[in-house]
Amino acid sequence: MHDPQIMPTLAAGLDWNIFFQPAFDGSGNYLRFLFVGFQWTLHVAITGWIIAFVVGSIVGVFRTLPGRVLPALGTAYVEVFRNIPLLVQLFLWYFVFPDIVPGFGTWFKQSLNPLIQQFVAGSLCLGFFTAARVAEQVRSGINSLGTGQRAAGLALGFNIPQVYQLVLLPVAYRIIIPTLTSEFLNIVKNSAVTSTIGLVELSRQSQQLGEFTAHWYESFIAVTLLYGVINITVMIISRFVERFTRLPGYVGGK
Amino acid sequence: MVRTFQITVTAIVVGILLGTLIAVLRLSKNSILSSLAALYVNGFRSIPLVMVLLWFYLLVPSVISKIVGQPNMDIRLLSAFVAFSLFEASYYAEIIRAGIQSISRGQVSAGLALGMTGGQTMRLIVLPQAFRRMTPLLLTQAIILFQDTSLVYVIGLAEFFGVAYNTGNRDGTLVELLLFAGAVYLVICLSASTLVRILQKRLAP
Repeated sequence: MHDPQIMPTLAAGLDWNIFFQPAFDGSGNYLRFLFVGFQWTLHVAITGWIIAFVVGSIVGVFRTLPGRVLPALGTAYVEVFRNIPLLVQLFLWYFVFPDIVPGFGTWFKQSLNPLIQQFVAGSLCLGFFTAARVAEQVRSGINSLGTGQRAAGLALGFNIPQVYQLVLLPVAYRIIIPTLTSEFLNIVKNSAVTSTIGLVELSRQSQQLGEFTAHWYESFIAVTLLYGVINITVMIISRFVERFTRLPGYVGGK
Repeated sequence: MVRTFQITVTAIVVGILLGTLIAVLRLSKNSILSSLAALYVNGFRSIPLVMVLLWFYLLVPSVISKIVGQPNMDIRLLSAFVAFSLFEASYYAEIIRAGIQSISRGQVSAGLALGMTGGQTMRLIVLPQAFRRMTPLLLTQAIILFQDTSLVYVIGLAEFFGVAYNTGNRDGTLVELLLFAGAVYLVICLSASTLVRILQKRLAP
């Protein structure tokens, strides 16, 4: 945390050489220092995304199933995870979760190094938080297919798992690729919140760089640009994926 | 909790006003204005809120001290107001733009045919209908904003969540207070989103 009373102003000018000076923790220069943060941001975002995709798909499917119990469970999940702020969820995962699971807490706190603890809590938090949003996308993707596809599958003698696996999900996923892309971008942005539990991802590194060198502007500009680079890269990749997976006759298809 | 609501309400009011302006600019025929508005929206939407808060906690104090010297207001709170207002404006702008675009062209033509200027048509014909249509979305965004205010923690400002955390840390009751904070947010946001859903059903033609 910086003190606004001794804030540098832009009048001093920007000094980009700061990135080539050795970092305070002896890990190399500050460029490398930021790169470490960049890697952690990607690690936590991608791990979180895998969890979000798996859990979100299951919850989303639950919400479209016939019957009562499973859809209600799915709805409850989405409501809980959507209505608690991400920061609160993160602190719950990091401080509360290890304590309320018997036996797990001591092992978690004693045998893992802090960075791994932060990474595990951060990924789980981002994963389960984003899963609620992915679930909504999966649900609306399946619902957008109408009842005809489901009825046709059942009429062919498929059972419910087969209908989902062979008929509904392959089409639903392709329809929701654009919204899943924006959810992935969200998880990258939300990963900045993990800096609050000390995970050394991009925004944490930018704060540390600012604190130790007082070159706040250079640090923030570099990190903002790096987030921009991630954004643009993800969008380009998703455009390719969309092109290869689109179906004739559906949104975006020919 | 007072501070949480202060930030939320300020950001909603400024965000919607500024957001409307940006949405209108973005739809304007002047390509410079519309690309500036697009730059604003895309810029804010592509960086994390945490970074936005840190940025404004860097910028606001240095700008303020240049203009008026030492302010007699909490600089963290002021930075949070500015950051959230500008950040939310970019999100509101997108919602409002979609709302304006959902109003059929015929309405605009009718307004112009009555002899109104472009500005009058926008103000008297298009915007009132657009706002009615997008009320549920604006409210949903407000609920998200309400949750996001907890992030002012990163600039060391204590609102509802920060106070709960600090108290828990001091008294050794962190687990209880974090669970309590979570429950409070859940109850408030869940009731608010249920109300929005009821409103949405009522507004639907």
